[in-house]
Amino acid sequence: MLPEFGNFSLILALCLALLQAILPLWGSYKNNLTWMNLARPLAVGQFTFVLLAYIFLTLCFIDNDFSVLYVAEHSNTMLPLVYRICAVWGAHEGSLLLWVLILGFWTAAVCYFSKSLPQVTIARVLSVLGWVSVGFLLFSVATSNPFIRIVGDIPANGADLNPVLQDPGLVGHPPMLYMGYVGFSVAFAFAITALLSGKLDAAWARWSKPWTLVAWIFLTLGIMLGSWWAYRELGWGGWWFWDPVENASFMPWLAGTALLHSLIVAEQRNTFKSWTVLLAILTFSLSLIGTFLVRSGVLNSVHSFATDPRRGLYILIFLCIVIGISLTLYAWRAHRLRVSAQFDLVSRETFLLLNNVLLVVAAATILLGTLYPLIIDALGLGMISVGPPYFNTVFGILMLPLLFFMAMAPATRWKLTEPKKLMREFYVVLIISIVLAVVLPYGLMHQIQWGVVVGLGLALWIILATLWSVAKKMWSFPRRRESREPPGSRINAGVFSGTIPRSTLAMTIAHIGMAVTLIGITLSLSYPVQQDLRMAPGDVATVADYQFKFIGEEDLRGPNYDAVRLTIDVSRDGKLIEHLYPEKRIYRASGITMTDAAIAVNPWRDLYVSLGDPLDNNAWGMRLYYKPFVRWIWLGAILMALGGVIALTDRKYRGGKNFHAA
Amino acid sequence: MTTDISKIMNKKRLSITLLPLVIFICLAILFARGLQLDPHKLPSALIGKPLPVFTLTTLDGKTISEKDLQGKVLLLNVWASWCLTCRVEHAELMNIAASHQILIYGLNYKDQLDAANSWLQAFGNPYVATIYDPKGMFALNLGVYGVPETYLIDKQGIIRYKQVGEITNNNWQSVILPLAKTLEKS
Repeated sequence: MLPEFGNFSLILALCLALLQAILPLWGSYKNNLTWMNLARPLAVGQFTFVLLAYIFLTLCFIDNDFSVLYVAEHSNTMLPLVYRICAVWGAHEGSLLLWVLILGFWTAAVCYFSKSLPQVTIARVLSVLGWVSVGFLLFSVATSNPFIRIVGDIPANGADLNPVLQDPGLVGHPPMLYMGYVGFSVAFAFAITALLSGKLDAAWARWSKPWTLVAWIFLTLGIMLGSWWAYRELGWGGWWFWDPVENASFMPWLAGTALLHSLIVAEQRNTFKSWTVLLAILTFSLSLIGTFLVRSGVLNSVHSFATDPRRGLYILIFLCIVIGISLTLYAWRAHRLRVSAQFDLVSRETFLLLNNVLLVVAAATILLGTLYPLIIDALGLGMISVGPPYFNTVFGILMLPLLFFMAMAPATRWKLTEPKKLMREFYVVLIISIVLAVVLPYGLMHQIQWGVVVGLGLALWIILATLWSVAKKMWSFPRRRESREPPGSRINAGVFSGTIPRSTLAMTIAHIGMAVTLIGITLSLSYPVQQDLRMAPGDVATVADYQFKFIGEEDLRGPNYDAVRLTIDVSRDGKLIEHLYPEKRIYRASGITMTDAAIAVNPWRDLYVSLGDPLDNNAWGMRLYYKPFVRWIWLGAILMALGGVIALTDRKYRGGKNFHAA
Repeated sequence: MTTDISKIMNKKRLSITLLPLVIFICLAILFARGLQLDPHKLPSALIGKPLPVFTLTTLDGKTISEKDLQGKVLLLNVWASWCLTCRVEHAELMNIAASHQILIYGLNYKDQLDAANSWLQAFGNPYVATIYDPKGMFALNLGVYGVPETYLIDKQGIIRYKQVGEITNNNWQSVILPLAKTLEKS
């Protein structure tokens, strides 16, 4: 009965979503308060029923109900419970349900946290979210229903979850990622509402910003977890592959980062509004396009979902409706916006504009690269794929100016900054960064690589310049006085306050996080040592000062797999560092072989052992890695997310409905 | 150096704000075209090449190698007992086998011996012999994406055609059978 309950809940949620989409919107135009007031209960009701459907599907997995096709294809009685619960989102149908669930969650969160919003606004925001829900619920019910029963013989056991997904990474990565890019739907809904009402003011930016921020934090962590998972599980030692699915999550991140920055200008300077609205639409559109690319089967990818042309067509139509209407609305409304932006060439506005342009262009080049095989194929020029070389080059070139200017941006002022003053302030910091970037690697590695000098130099430049700007801010100048008093007056020269505003602290941590990631990328790419070799028991291999000794192997029986586990002792200068246990697993149900890499971790380096194939005389093919600073890549992402969390605690975003931006 | 965006933009504002829509429409057309294309229809790198060398056993325990598949035009059908589409396809394979128009060999892919044999017992056996490839190593060399897939092999043991997905009466009559007949004559 559970699948039928689930199915019923799903259909009921669709009906409620339809009402949520239509009634409040209608009411907002007819000025009918009763209909507008229906928005909240309908949204909460819709969420409740999606949640019920989700719980029913989870219960089917826990019960091993193989009469449900989706469960039979993606679970197995031997699969550990935690993976049975997570297997719900292990493939297309269930992960789509997770998508809708998270959308419902965000909608409910808007209901809860937007009590101070005008009735018309909240009605329209929830209605826009309702339309998105309708689209996805209809998609789920019509083409991807996870509750479909098997007609005929019910298999005694399921086909098991794809072994690649049987990793702790599966537990955190997809929900985080979805929380992120589905979360941008809220900023999107606010943008559409603003366009509908024609009122794009600072209040709109202030409402949008915390929602964008939360979504961005989740997306940052989601991408980080995905990268970490790929690094652990795929056994290739890489952490980013420019795979279409990765790009699908990275493009909204870039656009979302641009949106966060442009919201600052919209909120504080009341300009860039038309552009910010476009970014909000763009960010969510990229999320939708990503969903289309991943689920329609137009592109080949390491982890794209099982495909069905009907699904692709459905999402494409949905995409056209949502993005088409939004952009039409934008073209129709935004050109009437009065633009009164006056700022100097060197000013904080310019720097933020530069940030926006570079990030959006970066997102566009990634979109182009991702779609390139499709374009070539559509033009009948054959099938090709665009590899990492394209992405690394183009993306790298775009990031260079972004990273360079990012360091100085916090020190600039609104409207006008004197270029000379800026130069005078920063040239010492710049020189120190360059010198350190040359001296440090030379001193430690006795060689110079230009990639390292550039990467490390930029990272140091960001860290030092950001810290310098903050240190200067901690000398507080009473603002009014400063501008009124004649130059030379020393009455209020400044007091060292030792405190910095929340928003500045948030920016500092996030920007330094970016630099930390950059250091991780630069050093792990420049100084890795890799060896592929054959090792028999007793053999010792030396990789970058570390000795790897193959002790022996043993058979292991996991819950749903059989494995051979090797013991490898890693030591340095005769001192044992760690026992490593790489495994080769064969999953019983599917017969798929997986390599489980063993990694010795510390902040300065990873030592990574991945197994190849068993060879004669108990020997094994092995891949040994030494990867310096690779942890910094993810540490930096965590710092960025932390910066986001701190920005969220800014008092501006808690209550305070009548706050007026400066 | 004051940049007055309003002056620049007022003239062409509508065309500028329309731009995103226009770009999106181009993208949508591309996507629509993309849906009609099949990324799985990669031209198999092995078409025109001989079957990879292999020595495996059949489901009934005999040794089989690529040499056993030479000298006749045949279909090599990749299947597994856990594959639902294969069950759909199976009826068509039985018809083809009964018509004696071509020999069909099976390649049992990542399967269990008992399951595969009882599957054949239950639904009938259209195959002259079925190669048992539990690890999927031969299938990997053959360039198999998934099951079912079918390869058309000529007398010299050269792969001539690859069908991704099930064989239906339609594609059998219109594509594979005509091709097999011309290969038979040559």
